[in-house]
Amino acid sequence: MEQQKEQAVELKKQARGEAVPTFGEGVRDCVPTLLGYVGIGLAAGVVGSSVQLSVAEVGLMSALVYAGAAQFIICAMLLASSPAAAIVLTTFVVNLRHLLMSAAVAPHFTRYSLSKNFGFGALLTDETFGVAVGRIHRGLAVSDRWMNGVNLTAYLSWIASCMAGAWLGNWIADPARWGLDFALTAMFAALLVLQLAELKGGRRRHQLLLVACMVVLMAVFSMFLQGYLAVLLSTVIAATIGAVTER
Amino acid sequence: MDSYVFWVFVGCAAVTLLPRVLPFLFMRRARLPVFAQKWLSYIPVCLFTALVVQGVLAEGQGRPLSVRPEDLAALALSLAVAIKTKSLLTTVLAGIAGAALFRWLF
Repeated sequence: MEQQKEQAVELKKQARGEAVPTFGEGVRDCVPTLLGYVGIGLAAGVVGSSVQLSVAEVGLMSALVYAGAAQFIICAMLLASSPAAAIVLTTFVVNLRHLLMSAAVAPHFTRYSLSKNFGFGALLTDETFGVAVGRIHRGLAVSDRWMNGVNLTAYLSWIASCMAGAWLGNWIADPARWGLDFALTAMFAALLVLQLAELKGGRRRHQLLLVACMVVLMAVFSMFLQGYLAVLLSTVIAATIGAVTER
Repeated sequence: MDSYVFWVFVGCAAVTLLPRVLPFLFMRRARLPVFAQKWLSYIPVCLFTALVVQGVLAEGQGRPLSVRPEDLAALALSLAVAIKTKSLLTTVLAGIAGAALFRWLF
């Protein structure tokens, strides 16, 4: 029922002369986000090589996982020789947020086949989600070719910049001496600040309290648990506290 | 390639693919329960904090807590730059430079 309404809206948009956006328009709409991609990709590549991954391994990781924050975490946990199951579980928790984004975008693509929808979902990232939602909010039509244009541009530039970063990182013999391993911590600090900067007033205060809570939880758990367990456990506890105390 | 590393990649790829693809395939119309949505919205901030804290803790468990002061200084610099510039790349570059400097000084 709603699906039919959705299709009717799309048809109306097309009838009004809002042409179905092409692959090339998708590529163009993705370009403004590329600077961010290339920067983070380079950093992710350098971090990858600082934990002794080769250029090919970094390329494989970016092609398979294709998620910035997760790739940093995987590197950090490989460095700490965490069990594979713990790395996979942590990656799962980090990337669960995509569930929300996919659920928000998916209704606009229901008229396409399952295999096309699989493709839209597989290449969804924070940035391509932003591009898609931006277009939808402006009341413009979206199409399969347009979404693929956005997605493939982002995907290929991500892999290329990660590999370039790994290649650059390989030239440096002792990464810790040059502070390169700290790229990871600095990146998470920046991601944290950017998350908090988007919030206002009461919500920000609430999350700042949660951050303080996390620091305490981490400090306590780190005294008697392995690092990765402390990370998982305190994140789950603090997110629950956050959800319960939200007003 | 190390088979441990390879299987970590494959496993991580699978669990990353699932939440991305499932809504497109199955729950095109359904919505997550409100509490689940709220809970998920807190994951990024909590996780980033955890990883920042882990980054400045000295390695090892089962002993009194210790932080690396040189890395704590680099973290303070990174946070200041992040708040000022709101830029990932600038912050990472400042963090690297800070860590190199403070490790040399301390």
